[in-house]
Amino acid sequence: MEHPLPNHSINNFIFGNEAEIPWSFMIVIYPYITGLIAGAFVVSSLYHVFKLKAFAGIARFSLVVAFCFGIFAGFPLLIHLLQPTRAFNIFITPHFTAAMSVFGYVYASYMLLLTTEIWLVYRGFFVEKARETNRFIWKVLTLGVTDYTPESAKIDRRLINFLAGIGIPAAFTLHGYVGFIFGSIKAIAWWATPLQPIIFLMSAVASGIAMILLMYTVLTIRRRGERCDADLVRKLATCLWIAFLLAFTLEMLEVGYAYFEQGHHWSLIGPLLRGPLHESYVVAQIGILSLPPIVLLGFVTLVKMPRLLTIFLANLCALLIAAQVLFMRYNVVIGGQMISKSDRGFVEFHWEWGGREGAAMAIAIMILPFIFYAVLSRFIPVLGEAHPAEPVRSGDDRLEEKRPPAG
Amino acid sequence: MNPSDQTDRRSFLKMVAAGAITTTVLMVYRPESSAKAEGASSVPIPGDGGASKLKHDYAYVIRIDRCNGSGACVRACSAENNVPEGLFRTWIERYVKTGEGIYVDSPNGGMNGFAEVKDNFKEEALSSWFVPKLCNHCRNPPCVQVCPVGATFASEEGFVLIDDKHCIGCAACVHGCPYGSRFMNHETGVADKCTWCYHRVKRGQQPACVEACPTGARLFGDLNDPESEVTKLFAEDEWLVLKPEMHTESYCFYVGLPREVI
Repeated sequence: MEHPLPNHSINNFIFGNEAEIPWSFMIVIYPYITGLIAGAFVVSSLYHVFKLKAFAGIARFSLVVAFCFGIFAGFPLLIHLLQPTRAFNIFITPHFTAAMSVFGYVYASYMLLLTTEIWLVYRGFFVEKARETNRFIWKVLTLGVTDYTPESAKIDRRLINFLAGIGIPAAFTLHGYVGFIFGSIKAIAWWATPLQPIIFLMSAVASGIAMILLMYTVLTIRRRGERCDADLVRKLATCLWIAFLLAFTLEMLEVGYAYFEQGHHWSLIGPLLRGPLHESYVVAQIGILSLPPIVLLGFVTLVKMPRLLTIFLANLCALLIAAQVLFMRYNVVIGGQMISKSDRGFVEFHWEWGGREGAAMAIAIMILPFIFYAVLSRFIPVLGEAHPAEPVRSGDDRLEEKRPPAG
Repeated sequence: MNPSDQTDRRSFLKMVAAGAITTTVLMVYRPESSAKAEGASSVPIPGDGGASKLKHDYAYVIRIDRCNGSGACVRACSAENNVPEGLFRTWIERYVKTGEGIYVDSPNGGMNGFAEVKDNFKEEALSSWFVPKLCNHCRNPPCVQVCPVGATFASEEGFVLIDDKHCIGCAACVHGCPYGSRFMNHETGVADKCTWCYHRVKRGQQPACVEACPTGARLFGDLNDPESEVTKLFAEDEWLVLKPEMHTESYCFYVGLPREVI
């Protein structure tokens, strides 16, 4: 007879100190948000670095979306800490044997890079605004340099390309390192795999593309004078398909390998997946949220279909994948902690709506980047015609072709 | 084929080969002085951590055959260290081995002793024993490794301690510990665990749990003291540690530990 509990246990035994799951919803949404940043940045780099003109219309938009999520990436961590006033210790006394210790530096340097790149992208706009309105805020944003010549635009463009280039490894470090934190904890079998950083990274890219696709469609489908570009949506869907296929393959490889090995890991993971994680992992993450979008995105990519159907299916898949990655973060973060270190039972996760680490707080933090985007986009042009300062029209021969309107 | 193409290819291949050789030589070659310096460095003895050169080298020994599950140790620890209710710096587990599998329990950490096992187990039970547990004060502690701010640290004498003025309360150490010995103390807002009663040991006393144990199942001593009971038991080399596959160099040694214990 196969025991539903690991290690021939006939009762669910957990250690006394394990009644509480210490990493809750905050640590679920933290890697989700950093993943969205990395993914959105990759979309912007498709144009800025890899010169894929098809994505020119959303390069700046993706950068701004990455920035909006970036601003709030540290929030869940700060709320999670029992001593938030000591959070700065991670900068002052980083303990470098711990992967987590470099968070402050990795996050800060990435945000600096992202902010600089966005500033350069918008510098021409800021200068123009400062000249037009003579308002203090625009003058501040120009950092006092109101001279903007074609030569300086050219230099800006080179800098943008350079920052976008180093931004990819930086964004990958920011997120891959999150996977490393989990993957390097040997005490938790569900986490401890060297595949973890690359799994986190690929699912991050998928979630970022999915979020860009969703936001782009929602923002353009109702915009006057602009139409949602079905070709662009289809191309994004293709990128999403490739990224998600890779992410899903790696996720399955990890579980499949543990199963095939039939070792210590599977003695704990097997009962976990058959037991407390069955609904959220097997049914939701794999069954509902992974397999249908893989098939549907295949159709969107390979079969020519009407404009509206393309947009609808691509968005449906993007929504499913954005949810899949959120479920994946939940299943990794919470699932790992469900395995008792007694190796003879599972810890129950008692989630709550209220409280510091409750679902309401998680939802609130997830909404903040969208509010921030809405406010930001009222002051700076995000979608639509690119400003002359943007590299699209800055004189590069390869890019001389005018960016097509967003519609 | 165009001859100039061939020449180009040849010179190109020469360049690649020269580059590969140069890189290899640069990577492999080491000046004599640096090789010597490396060879001269001492190799630490596993499990010793160089601590034997120190005045004290503390270790903890648990004799499974002596523990009767009275819970006196858990009560003493809780009172001595103001451990919040429902959390444990030390606890006792009861194992009952049956033909069907293993039954393990630890009601309230064994603080109030153990009620008799259910009737159906009595007949099926093949054997039963108690296992006291606590922080293993590892010499290669994963909790110290994963602390992002260095708030948890290992002293040279073998104590793994927490600076509760520096801990940020991230709980990374709770996950890093393979033994479930750490917990987040919501009263103090920092990570918490057994200190081997550092404050008592520094005053020349025994840890509270050791002093309270009515059967002498818990022993604490200095491996540098040849007369200490811990040293003698350690020398017999009949001990085991929990989860040896974790390679933490645990300094809690169990004598008579059944293999079913995790």
